[in-house]
Amino acid sequence: MLNIAEIQTFEHDVLVIGAGGAGLRAAIECSARGLSTGLMCKSLLGKAHTVMAEGGVAAALGNVDRRDSWKIHFRDTMRGGKFLNQWRMAELHARESPDRVRELEEWGAVFDRTRDGLISQRNFGGHRYPRLAHVGDRTGLEIIRTLQDHAVHKGFGIYMECTALDLILDGGRIAGVLGYWRESGRFVLFRTRAVILATGGGGRAWRVTSNSWEYTGDGTAMAYEAGAELMDMEFTQFHPTGMVWPPSVRGILVTEGVRGDGGVLLDSKKERFMFRYIPEKFAAETASTEEEANRWLAGDKQARRPPELLTRDVVARAITQEVNEGRGSPHGGVFLDIASRVPADVIKKKLPSMYHQFKELAEVDITRQAMEVGPTLHYFMGGVRVDPDTQMTSVPGLFAAGECSAGMHGANRLGGNSLSDLLVFGRLAGVGAEEYVKGPGAAPRVDDDQVRAAVRRATVPLNRESGANPYLVHEDLQAVMGRYVGIVRTEADLQTALKEIDRLKADAATVKAAGTSQYNAAWHEALDLRSLLITAEAVTRAALVRQESRGAHTRVDYFGEREDWQKVNVVVHKGAGGAMETRVVTRPEPPAELAAIAKASIEDLEAGRV
Amino acid sequence: MSERIFRVWRGTAAGGSFVEHRIEVDEGMVVLDVLHRIQAKQANDLAIRWNCKAGKCGSCSMEINGRPRLACMTRMNLFAEGEAVTVQPLKTFPVVKDLVTDVSWNFEQNKRIPPFRPQPRGADGQHRMQQADVDRVQEFRKCIECYLCQDVCHVLRDQSRKDAFVGPRFMIRLASLEMHPLDTEDRIPAVRKDFGSGLCNITRCCTEVCPEHIEITDNGIIPLKERVVDRFYDPLLWLRRTIFRR
Repeated sequence: MLNIAEIQTFEHDVLVIGAGGAGLRAAIECSARGLSTGLMCKSLLGKAHTVMAEGGVAAALGNVDRRDSWKIHFRDTMRGGKFLNQWRMAELHARESPDRVRELEEWGAVFDRTRDGLISQRNFGGHRYPRLAHVGDRTGLEIIRTLQDHAVHKGFGIYMECTALDLILDGGRIAGVLGYWRESGRFVLFRTRAVILATGGGGRAWRVTSNSWEYTGDGTAMAYEAGAELMDMEFTQFHPTGMVWPPSVRGILVTEGVRGDGGVLLDSKKERFMFRYIPEKFAAETASTEEEANRWLAGDKQARRPPELLTRDVVARAITQEVNEGRGSPHGGVFLDIASRVPADVIKKKLPSMYHQFKELAEVDITRQAMEVGPTLHYFMGGVRVDPDTQMTSVPGLFAAGECSAGMHGANRLGGNSLSDLLVFGRLAGVGAEEYVKGPGAAPRVDDDQVRAAVRRATVPLNRESGANPYLVHEDLQAVMGRYVGIVRTEADLQTALKEIDRLKADAATVKAAGTSQYNAAWHEALDLRSLLITAEAVTRAALVRQESRGAHTRVDYFGEREDWQKVNVVVHKGAGGAMETRVVTRPEPPAELAAIAKASIEDLEAGRV
Repeated sequence: MSERIFRVWRGTAAGGSFVEHRIEVDEGMVVLDVLHRIQAKQANDLAIRWNCKAGKCGSCSMEINGRPRLACMTRMNLFAEGEAVTVQPLKTFPVVKDLVTDVSWNFEQNKRIPPFRPQPRGADGQHRMQQADVDRVQEFRKCIECYLCQDVCHVLRDQSRKDAFVGPRFMIRLASLEMHPLDTEDRIPAVRKDFGSGLCNITRCCTEVCPEHIEITDNGIIPLKERVVDRFYDPLLWLRRTIFRR
């Protein structure tokens, strides 16, 4: 029998899993509050997916347009989320994001500046005013590097290239985490009173995705296995503009900043098709002619916004329809043109990494030619269900922040609201964890049998004589999700997806990882399959339950938003018999003040009447 | 689609050798795509470090046909049709396995650099900086920490002086702090003494391999060297200091 004492062990008050923006910010907070803190991440520090965020971080600083305020940011967020957001989370986010951005500046971040030397802000889809603090189109890199350089001087434990496998519970509450070092393949045990999940989404279950290999839904799956609830899983955001050619880069993100800075979407006849897709609800605030849209871009405050800046769900569906009806570009996307609208030197200054990305990967010069773009799976609005104030899940001691948590973005996330989400809720998870750790209750005990079971499960793919190739099972799953759980969904397709996922679960139970456990990519892939399959199944089951089309969830068999469905969230959890179950929970009534802000006219908000 | 020959270094710290793969390559592929295909079809346990696949995270650094590159940004059409592609790990850092090296030394260097220490905010609670004053710092902050510059640096690679020089990556980090308009910390004595600025002999190899096209030598290292010289070796300043000390 495996001797637990031989496993390398670390002890902390809090262990943060994931070192993107949310994880780093959470760890910094825990450490500042005097907790013994550990931070583990699958990659090297500073490589997490936050690095890919391009456009900016949304915060109502009011540096570029003084009419902005947290209330208008809150209203934009609720409208963008089709009123399915947790009211309290959207409020906290809008109120606190300006301080979080200023704090980054205090820690050394160098945002682009306005003429009078303040943090500059740019326009983005769904945001009423220029609101995104940015650094060209590499804002995510700036944020992660700022947090990383701040964090390394704080003296807390950082465990790089270390993957979490299972949460260890003591009577239902958190007692520890079992993981393994990728480099050596050795297991490592963390004894800890609290865990903050900051593991991001599960986009790697789809083939066309902007997500890196790390995005396998680990936190979502570990929380689910530990008995926590998942919520809003049906809302998977397809970013409207990913690269479509060459095939090997299909899905890589093209920032919304291209449209924010004047880029337009064109069909095969080079016509601006977005004017034909303006939803009634947004008509009053969207330009009705190209002439008006151009005036807005030139700074005319009386003009309304171009339709290319409608929310991501609207633009992604419009592109899909254009392509399906035969008006797409040669490689199955549409054209995104900034070359004919903005001088070349301005493009290079404001969108340098887009310029290089297209030049080097597609041999397209975006200062001279239009790009070809199409939707790509980008973001999970859903995730682990948390308390809006403390970020604690239904499992005592288990917290979640950032993309792996649910509630902040409702049915659709606005661009720029993710980086601010990471900072605001990363910090709040740290505050919540402190309260929990310093609260009553004896130290939890790690149950050796749970550790043994986790080790056994993890080593099976290595010890098997032969079995399925884990890479091919993963590719199979990606094809299934792309085909049956895409932008537009039907009952029949979703049912097919469930059957296919069942088949893939059986395949995953037989995979063989050839070679030793040392830096073995096949073994890592084999272990990630569980997370991917749980995540994929949760999305599919939740999508079956929600019989309407709202935000990022589109059912062709249930057209349009249905009022009844605005009152509920879909929750996924592990049933007593071990099978995945879903239920529908009624949403709490919003506080009167917040409801009034969300439904107020923009004129009343600007005039301070609400 | 065409078949290409890849020679991939396989092994560990204990030793290794090149393994030849014949593999189908599609239009538009980059070296990392081909390595992933080899991994999925021919060598399941091949160790590669990668993340974003878009040149933004700096994980997939390796030496491709003798040149340090990001595998995700190296397109296959860079090579002639019949040319074999040889892929090996970064030479300057110890091998962990196959194409993965132990770059932890770099993380240790970062910890040694005195952190950012801002001046107080203005009366209105704001920090003000002009764009023209932060352009240079922003150039340095484009760094994705791929460590290709560290890999080619003669001081680190050929002279093995990791004990005395932090390398181009961290000279750039020091420069980004020293030139930050809000920073109040003085790192110039440490740039000379602890971080070894004098060891760089300005061959500009680091600048040449930088995938972010940062002018590492001209805009970062040379200005730092000048500040060191101004402080410690300027004869007039030396004279004045000597006189006033008396």
